Amino acid sequence: MSDAAPRILRAERVSRHYAMGSAVIRAVDEVSLEVGAGEFVALLGSSGSGKSTLLNLMGGLDRPTSGAMVVAGRDLATLGAEELARYRRHSVGMIFQSFNLVPRMTVEENLELPLRLAEVERGERRARVEEALDRVGLQARLRHRPSELSGGEQQRVAIARALVNRPTILLADEPTGNLDSRTGTEILTLIEEINRASGTTVVLVTHEEARADRIAKRKIFLADGRLVEERKPN
Amino acid sequence: MKTYDLVELASRNLRESVLRNSLTTLGIAVGVASLVAMLSLGIGLQQLANRRLEHSGLFDSVLVFTPRGPEGFGPRRAASPAEPRRLDESARQEISRIAGVAEAYPEIRVPTEVRYNDRPFRTVVEGLPPSAAESAAMEGIQGHFFSKPDAAEAILQADFAKELDPDTARLRGRPLTLVYAESVSLGNFPPGRSPTGPAAAGRSPRSDRGEPAGFSVLRKEATLTIVGVTESQPNAGFERFGRARIFVPLDLAEKMIPPQISALLDSPVRQPAPPAQAGSAGRPTDGPLYATLIVRVADVKNIEPVENAIKRMGFSTFSLQDATRNLRQFFAVLDLFLGIFGSLALAVASLGIINTLVMAILERRREIGILKALGASDRDVKGLFFAEAGVMGLVGGAAGVALGWAIGHTINLGANIYLQRQNLPSQTIWLVPWWLVVGAIAFSLVVSLLAGLYPASRAARLESRC
Ligand SMILES: Nc1ncnc2c1ncn2[C@@H]1O[C@H](COP(=O)(O)OP(=O)(O)O)[C@@H](O)[C@H]1O
Ligand SMILES: [Mg+2]
Repeated sequence: MSDAAPRILRAERVSRHYAMGSAVIRAVDEVSLEVGAGEFVALLGSSGSGKSTLLNLMGGLDRPTSGAMVVAGRDLATLGAEELARYRRHSVGMIFQSFNLVPRMTVEENLELPLRLAEVERGERRARVEEALDRVGLQARLRHRPSELSGGEQQRVAIARALVNRPTILLADEPTGNLDSRTGTEILTLIEEINRASGTTVVLVTHEEARADRIAKRKIFLADGRLVEERKPN
Repeated sequence: MKTYDLVELASRNLRESVLRNSLTTLGIAVGVASLVAMLSLGIGLQQLANRRLEHSGLFDSVLVFTPRGPEGFGPRRAASPAEPRRLDESARQEISRIAGVAEAYPEIRVPTEVRYNDRPFRTVVEGLPPSAAESAAMEGIQGHFFSKPDAAEAILQADFAKELDPDTARLRGRPLTLVYAESVSLGNFPPGRSPTGPAAAGRSPRSDRGEPAGFSVLRKEATLTIVGVTESQPNAGFERFGRARIFVPLDLAEKMIPPQISALLDSPVRQPAPPAQAGSAGRPTDGPLYATLIVRVADVKNIEPVENAIKRMGFSTFSLQDATRNLRQFFAVLDLFLGIFGSLALAVASLGIINTLVMAILERRREIGILKALGASDRDVKGLFFAEAGVMGLVGGAAGVALGWAIGHTINLGANIYLQRQNLPSQTIWLVPWWLVVGAIAFSLVVSLLAGLYPASRAARLESRC
């Protein structure tokens, strides 16, 4: 955690266990960490180390089996389903390796979804959609469907959709995993820009340490669901 | 999420798998259509029956008589302490003023003798009021109804007409001689009126005043013109003298056949005041007495209050109201059964909704996950599937009403073509009242929402991991 920034996210001995028959899978096991407001943190680890599970706990998509996940002063573990949905709607934006756009909807409709859920006034929606597309440099593609866009463009749309409700935290789960390296670099540059320009806190999951080194202020390592190492980039 | 956003998203989702969703919606439409077609057929038949019955004059009429006549004499009278109310002109006027009464007229139906082409026939003649022109019995009349309320004209019942002349068409315009009896009081004849004079028909018996010492019956004749032949019989339900086969205008009948005569058939014409009450009554009996009044009400619904009001005046009444009650019951049961069959089709259609929505959930697992990651609550997801079921129900309901209406219209058209071929007047046997339109759409919506309950909650429970 950077020295001056106030803390926005704190995990306290957070665990997420899955019961598979008689065995218990400890996807996330007693992880404690802190993230400062406006920070850019990289979450690293090999496949199956529990990165996605931890990110989903931070994003309020899942609840910890034990421990506390405190975001902006509130423990997500204690929130009701309705409050958790509100948290996802207003406080975090998430992007994924597979973009997760709704394929039968146009770019505009995809971006409108979070606005509908947040009950943003109709008259305001168009401006918010254009503003978000402007930030990712895709103003001209409003009426296109995801299938008519390249992978990089799709991920830009996903980023725009994650930002359209102006969240304070952006959670990215291997956003470059489906992209060639040049496009991947472009996407990471875009995320870095967003972090710098608007002070949005970013937690980026990746398994490529080299990429993380270039942009992240801090790296967190997971192995078998446990926090193994936390260090500044080389 | 706001309701309009839910509905908008739902319709957008439905438009995506057009074929499947329209087939499901069509299923609902067919269900609603069968419901509407069945119910409106029931309602149409019911209204048709009601219309026929109201026209028939059986159900909109009340017979009024004094408590001791016409069925019985004497003994029952002792039970009533006061002198029974006289069924005379003033009573008739009073009854006419009761709310809901269309008209009150004396029943005049007497055995008589007629001559046609010098051949004598014995039969029963009846007086008809002008309102009888509207009755169902006059619908298929050959010829026309009486030209004036007191015209010297006669309408014959078809079977009787055939006795007079097998070719009934030839009867119209021909003269018919009616032989009738006139009662003449032997007491104070008004000056200038001869018992044998032809002036009898010109004077109203009601103007007759004074206490007669007795009366004699005179044989008289009147010549009427035959103006029409009718198949059915007005007031056929109230047969107390056997069927009337000649009908004459009521006013004419009242002049020719003074009510006393018809009263004579059942009860004493002018009851001398009983000794015990002679003093208290204090006035001589006055004016003609009616044996029976027929009271027609404007609306069948008024039968009961009118009957009660007349009973309060001290008269006995008789109507066929109970028969219509049974009929209404029959139609309620018929509607129920038709409704159940219609609803079965809708129930099958709602299985279609459940199937379609469950399929949609399987296909849209991922999309539901995305929605949840974007901040959709369980309620939002549930609401979305609910709205999709609702939109299908609403569209299906509206289309179903239209379809049912079209089916009914076709049935109506077919039935009327058939009726026309049979030379029968066309009828509306099928009717969609506005409440059925609204009710069917609302019912379809409710059934669809119920069908959406399970898929919606299943979609909401879906894991939100991406
Ligand atoms: N829903 C689940 N049920 C059971 N096991 C799960 C589930 N999700 C993840 N896991 C397990 O938890 C571990 C961590 O998975 P994940 O967080 O996806 O790893 P990473 O994102 O680092 O590749 C894995 O062993 C995975 O098999
Ligand atoms: Mg992962």
